[in-house]
Amino acid sequence: MIQDVTVSVGAVSVGALAVGAGLLEATVRTATPLAYAALGESVSERAGVINIGLEGSIIAGALSATIAAGAIGVGGGFAAGAVAGLVVAALFALFAVGLRADQIITGTAITLFALGLTGTVYRTVYGSGGVALTTPTAATHALPVLSSLPLIGRAFFAQPLVTYALYILAPLLAWWMQRTHAGLALRAVGEYPEAAIAAGISPRRTQLWAVLFAGAMAGLAGATLVLAQAGTFVEGMSAGRGFIAIAIVVLGRWRPLGVAAAALLFGAATSLQTLFQSMGWTGIPYQLFLAVPYLLTLVVLAVTGKRGHRRVV
Amino acid sequence: MLLSLDGITHAFGRVRALDSASLQVRAGSVHALLGENGAGKTTLMRVVFGLLRAQQGEMQWRGSPITVRSPSEALALGIGMVHQHFTLVPSMTVAENIALGGHGGFDPQRAAARVRDVAGTAGLVLDPHARVQDLPVGAQQRCEIVKALARDVTLLILDEPTAVLAPAEAAELLRWIRGYADAGNAVVLITHKLRDALAVADDITVLHRGRTVLTTATRDTDQASVADAMLGGARAHIPGVSLVDSDDVLDSESAAEASGRADAVSGPPVLALNAVTVRDANGVDRVRSATLQVRAGEIVGIGAVEGAGQHELLRVLSGRLSPTSGTRTIPGSVGFVPEDRHRDALLLDAPLFENTALQGAGARRGVIDWNSFRARTTALLQRFDVRAAGADARARTLSGGNQQKLVLGRELEAAREALVVENPSRGLDFVATDAVHQALRAARDAGMAVVVYSSDLDEVVLLADRVFAMHDGTLIESVNNRDMLGRAMLSGNVGITSAENA
Amino acid sequence: MTALRTSVHTSLQAFAATTARVLVMLAMAIAMLAVLLIATGHDVVPALSAMVRGAFGSYYAITSATIVRMVPLALAGLAVSVAFRAGILNIGAEGQLLVGAAAATAISGTLVGVPWFIGIPVMLIAGAMAGGAWAAIAGALRLRFGVLEVISTIMLNFVAQYLTGWLVRGPLQEPTRVNPQSATLVPELQMPVLLEGTRLHAGVLLVVVVAIGVWWWLRSTASGFRLRAVGATPTAAASAGDIDVPRTMFGAFLVSGLLAGLAGSVEYTGITYALYENFSPGYGYTAIAVALLARLHPLGVLATALLFGALEAGANAMQRDAGVPSVVVSVVEALLILLVLAADRWRPSRADETGT
Repeated sequence: MIQDVTVSVGAVSVGALAVGAGLLEATVRTATPLAYAALGESVSERAGVINIGLEGSIIAGALSATIAAGAIGVGGGFAAGAVAGLVVAALFALFAVGLRADQIITGTAITLFALGLTGTVYRTVYGSGGVALTTPTAATHALPVLSSLPLIGRAFFAQPLVTYALYILAPLLAWWMQRTHAGLALRAVGEYPEAAIAAGISPRRTQLWAVLFAGAMAGLAGATLVLAQAGTFVEGMSAGRGFIAIAIVVLGRWRPLGVAAAALLFGAATSLQTLFQSMGWTGIPYQLFLAVPYLLTLVVLAVTGKRGHRRVV
Repeated sequence: MLLSLDGITHAFGRVRALDSASLQVRAGSVHALLGENGAGKTTLMRVVFGLLRAQQGEMQWRGSPITVRSPSEALALGIGMVHQHFTLVPSMTVAENIALGGHGGFDPQRAAARVRDVAGTAGLVLDPHARVQDLPVGAQQRCEIVKALARDVTLLILDEPTAVLAPAEAAELLRWIRGYADAGNAVVLITHKLRDALAVADDITVLHRGRTVLTTATRDTDQASVADAMLGGARAHIPGVSLVDSDDVLDSESAAEASGRADAVSGPPVLALNAVTVRDANGVDRVRSATLQVRAGEIVGIGAVEGAGQHELLRVLSGRLSPTSGTRTIPGSVGFVPEDRHRDALLLDAPLFENTALQGAGARRGVIDWNSFRARTTALLQRFDVRAAGADARARTLSGGNQQKLVLGRELEAAREALVVENPSRGLDFVATDAVHQALRAARDAGMAVVVYSSDLDEVVLLADRVFAMHDGTLIESVNNRDMLGRAMLSGNVGITSAENA
Repeated sequence: MTALRTSVHTSLQAFAATTARVLVMLAMAIAMLAVLLIATGHDVVPALSAMVRGAFGSYYAITSATIVRMVPLALAGLAVSVAFRAGILNIGAEGQLLVGAAAATAISGTLVGVPWFIGIPVMLIAGAMAGGAWAAIAGALRLRFGVLEVISTIMLNFVAQYLTGWLVRGPLQEPTRVNPQSATLVPELQMPVLLEGTRLHAGVLLVVVVAIGVWWWLRSTASGFRLRAVGATPTAAASAGDIDVPRTMFGAFLVSGLLAGLAGSVEYTGITYALYENFSPGYGYTAIAVALLARLHPLGVLATALLFGALEAGANAMQRDAGVPSVVVSVVEALLILLVLAADRWRPSRADETGT
């Protein structure tokens, strides 16, 4: 009797562990494009520019990656994605930085523009029926030793290279913001442009670079969606990730490592709801999980108050 | 001579901010640059620091002629400047702020060591790892100074450095300035605080209306002579404004006469402050225990240097700001003409009749009868001689003088008992100034209690029946005489005259 | 009398100038569309003529495609206009519209047997109030905690989206529990159709009335004037007008939300008759373009909403008849916004004033 109980408890915990590991793996996978977009946006917001057109860079990156990957392979796909994201961001920068037009309105227009353009190009190139085209995808590389760690091993260390790049990129950005003069300049421009000007820094030039970087990162996010997740392009597949990235940046307190962690949280919410749906658990509304990160972001904003006020002067 | 300026002229549009100004700064000296508001002190130093280009004149540095095109060129020469408004990033540490503008990698430990080194050499206490937003104002100022010193400057320009400091901090800063100069450096101290200048400076240069009117060693002069120079000499004369000869005007009664007043009897008190104190967000008392009564049918004038607390005092009097302590009696509606019309008085892109309707908008209910406001605005344009295309013209299309007359007219129509006016003629030409003055006198004659502050002492004396000087938050009643008021405002003392000191 | 005539005259002049401006920009946007069509290998003439036919080519096109699409766009556009006029960047019309539709759906279940002239207003009001409440969250966050409404309304849009998703799979799901949508609204409570055989419903009349109402409110009432003053120069509103700026802003949040919520409940009672997850094809976002192109003028919003309704109706026809993807209309909308922004930049404006 007693032995039976022990065995069944053990079985349950093994099952839970497997589910947990699977969940964690899905979390990391879902979080990867979010982290790219959000890390880029954090740089842009640190320079005082909220880029709501990020969504546009993501979708442009996704379509370009699809087209380029078919022609020149996965690596070319990622490169094309980054370039497309950057081009869209350049259009945003022309208005929001160059002409000093309202960032929010410009961003809305850029998003509309890119969603419409990618949809048009996609249907024109691949037919309006939406031929289910598949692209080559980025292979996963299990890292020796690390990937055999319990629970987190496969989740974090049996992923495509693009995920590993993040493990370097996030700390690198954090270092760059704190430990380079360019990072200091970026923060000064966003927070108190007068101080930057007094130190001989051009706020506009700094903002331009920050916006372009964010665009390239969002393009990579789009490429990741296609090449490391879906394996295909779907119209509107960015599905609001540009806006999610803005939430992630806020939740991560504009710090690269915080942003990476916040991206994981948003990824976890998505994978939890997928899990719930696939398991047929209808008792708890899975939408709740999806809404929680946004509510949490609002709470964080309310508690920390005026930090939301990052505007260009 | 370390720095030598000769014949520096700079005009903003038609206004000559600098009119052949000169200045000589010796190495190892503290040089006080004095003058009233708008005398051109800051403008002259902005020229030296490369923020402005002089239109005429010559600048010499260590004996050779130079041109300074940008602050970085000034810094390269060894000239640093600390502005009145700090340029520090609040969330960054002291070390980060000081390193701002550099290239390559940033090592916090090395930057901190550099700060400690510079601050230590200069004898300033500063924690390099503290965040600027957590520092008191005095420490923020030290951070600004160290920021300049870290660029290896030999001439440090400080613009009104004691304006934001508590008295103890100010004294400490002045001591530091003395020591810093004694170590072989030079300091230009821009100030309108006479006492500070006399206490610490080796040499004094006084600017008045863009001209150098006095250059002297401190030991060869006294407070009264410097004050005279700052006020433009006893017989200063401004074209277009008739000025009473101050020698003849020794009491308020004759001043009242001179300002064209019909009868000198004033009515009951309308505005009253009793021991009113206003404390700002930094915990500094901007207004200290001010007591004041303004009667119906009189104009009370206030003279003050910038930042002496008059800004807050006027807003307390007009009901826009609540006192921190003390009691205040004011009527329900006090007309207020703020100095920044565009910010605080007008909707620039709205038609004039809507700008008229703005007065009292907070309490209005229901449907607005715009036609009546149009009619009232048309009448107002006529009565106050506002030149505009009509009641439907946008406020933006009016000249500054007409905008001011509109605001003044609007406030006079709405408030029958009291009017508070701040720099009534800022940005106006002589004709418009005269019209505004006439309107103010007419309001007084109609039995209103009027308070006028102007950064131009002549204007205060010209308009007022009684005058007060405001010095460092304290109100001091003065004789209605330009020199007396000026000295009270500069020194905080009453009754120092050249004659007494001589 | 003279003043009144002057006012009508200037209003007409402004209206004519606005119309001319919109037409010029529309021409430029269509020229760019033509370039895009050529670039993607489509024939320009048949595509554009299909577009015009789809929007205005027939009685049915006008009544059932163009005007029907105009209704939610106009209401949401009014919501955006009111907020922007008050200096509030409410980009949460989408979420406010969704909760409005959800509230109307929720309350419709309790209205069985209620006559239409009571039931329909109850649903519309419920939707408006829900939208107002949703916007009030953003308002409170802004005024109480200093959270920028730009960020908070984005968050609230997502939350509203998930809330809708949950409702149509949970409490509001149709009785068979097969499809993720609500039960169809009973015909008695559907918005009356104005013209037999079309989809043109009474909501269009409501929109016109509401637009005129908003215009009148902003123009003629004390509270409308306060809102405009706060949006124009908050410091002057507070100092010269003694206006309670936070209170006025909160009011603007509420009214903006009410209008967006109304857009949701009108769409529910007039067109969809059911709530489902993708209830709004981004009306709340397109509304920003609608409002902006109308220079935030409530009556102008009617015109630009009609234009955008025509564009979207025409785009569908273009896809059907000429094989041009209908999403191309988003590009045109985006270009219109960018043209407005560029035009505003090249006018002398506040930003050009120098202040040293």
